Amino acid sequence: MEHTVLPSWALIAYLVSGVLFILSLRGLSSPATSRRGNRMGMFGMTLAVATTLITQAPIPLGHWWPRPTSADLITLVKIIAAIGLGAVIGLTTARRIQMTAMPQLVAAFHSLVGLAAVLVGWAAYLNPAAFGILHADGAIDPVSRIELGLGIAIGAITFSGSVIAFAKLNGNMSGAAILLPGRHVINLGTLLAILGLVGWFTQDQSLWVIAAVTVLAFVIGFLLIVPIGGADMPVVVSMLNSYSGWAAAAMGFTLHNTAMIITGALVGSSGAILSYIMCKAMNRSFLSVIAGGFGAEAGPAGEAKEQRPWKRGSAEDAAFLLKEAEQVIIIPGYGMAVAQAQHVLREMGDQLKKEGVRVKYAIHPVAGRMPGHMNVLLAEANVPYEEVFELEDINSEFAQTDVAFIIGANDVVNPAAKTDKGSPIYGMPVFDVDKAKTIMFIKRSMGGVGYAGVDNDVFYMDQTMMLLADAKKMVEDIVKALQH
Amino acid sequence: MDFIAILSIFVLACFVGYYVVWSVTPALHTPLMAVTNAISSVIVVGALVAGAASAGWSSWLGLAAVTLASINIFGGFAVTARMLAMYKKKER
Repeated sequence: MEHTVLPSWALIAYLVSGVLFILSLRGLSSPATSRRGNRMGMFGMTLAVATTLITQAPIPLGHWWPRPTSADLITLVKIIAAIGLGAVIGLTTARRIQMTAMPQLVAAFHSLVGLAAVLVGWAAYLNPAAFGILHADGAIDPVSRIELGLGIAIGAITFSGSVIAFAKLNGNMSGAAILLPGRHVINLGTLLAILGLVGWFTQDQSLWVIAAVTVLAFVIGFLLIVPIGGADMPVVVSMLNSYSGWAAAAMGFTLHNTAMIITGALVGSSGAILSYIMCKAMNRSFLSVIAGGFGAEAGPAGEAKEQRPWKRGSAEDAAFLLKEAEQVIIIPGYGMAVAQAQHVLREMGDQLKKEGVRVKYAIHPVAGRMPGHMNVLLAEANVPYEEVFELEDINSEFAQTDVAFIIGANDVVNPAAKTDKGSPIYGMPVFDVDKAKTIMFIKRSMGGVGYAGVDNDVFYMDQTMMLLADAKKMVEDIVKALQH
Repeated sequence: MDFIAILSIFVLACFVGYYVVWSVTPALHTPLMAVTNAISSVIVVGALVAGAASAGWSSWLGLAAVTLASINIFGGFAVTARMLAMYKKKER
């Protein structure tokens, strides 16, 4: 096998850029170091791209001197145009995107990595000499064939899965779980077929094999994500994040490129760990999330229930109680993001602080549609991050709390998770809001139940005041009432 | 480099990734996803290799991949920077 031999400085440059990527993730251990981390990531990427441009045609330095050929120049212009086009699209999107739409954006970005991996895999298949994986007898190196096959398959799954995740998150497609009969058999069969074809590819490098792998992988990506419902999207987005890493790693193996392999491993583990954290926060196994269908079978919850009494409050009532409180804990959920209520919520917090109330925010790991979604929205609204707490750090405080203020969350405060073994959310760690003196629950109407389709006993508790309105409107009214 | 050397780097990097990611504060999990997204676009290296070679289809596929990966690189780092800047104001 004849591998393109890169000069030592280039190998070292790739290693350095891999290390810079490690440091960039390391920087995220605290907000203070995070921006430096991001800059290291940018630097690592610049280094990797520059190294590649210098070592690969069309800029072999010797050749450029005294003067480049016109073919070289054309190639170079094409590459610069391709990068420039990507830069314009990427930067405009990054600047315009609303923070509430971050999950969709991340899903869209994952799909691009996936598609890029597929294209690179195909390019390597069509021109193996350029990738240094061509044997003298005209065959592609068998080990490289496995890497290519797997890289293309993972890339294609990432692409089509992310497109579905994007459509669900963006509302282009119903967020409900859509169930095909016999889907487990179909999925398993397709996966096995892909693996079998990748194996076959080592024996037979014909076009149809790799084409079949690509098509089947696209199909399985759709099939895997379609049955997964909206509230499980944090797991899906994390999982696709992981896949995009593994796809990059597979291509790194083909190219023997350290930067790609290190990055692939980092991103792969990162996504896997986030999926694990999300699953743990829902007390569900990864397999049950992937199998899909959660929230689809919860039929009887709504109908068979007897009408139980509940109390409705007004913005004025709420403002009065909030003002008198010593400590208020605010629990935001996806509904807050939908209503774009984070800014006015922070205003309410400021008003209360002026009245001498201690205000804290409590965030459940699965609140929102991606890991850390609520934290970003609160940061956007200028909520100081010292006031924002994770579930396990604040849960013991509800007993000393006067008001638990729930806005756009539901399942994460449902006591059924602690008591009702038959509940679909049983075992999920939840906030002990029932220990607070007063519970205020902002909800659009009494009709809808949480994503899991289970009724919530919190609605009917003695100390609960239901604030039925659009979240943003209600908080605005409370702010007005507080000003009087 | 032979396959085993590459595999060793990969396995060790997985361990590094494991420990580094666990140390990321949950408040920054969304920026973490955005930045991992940007860096996984290092696949642009492969795209450039294909795009720079002068071989018909393969180089066009490479160029398309360069564009896709660049969207991600610029978009990913920029959106991460935008998010992290929001955490900044509260440092006082």
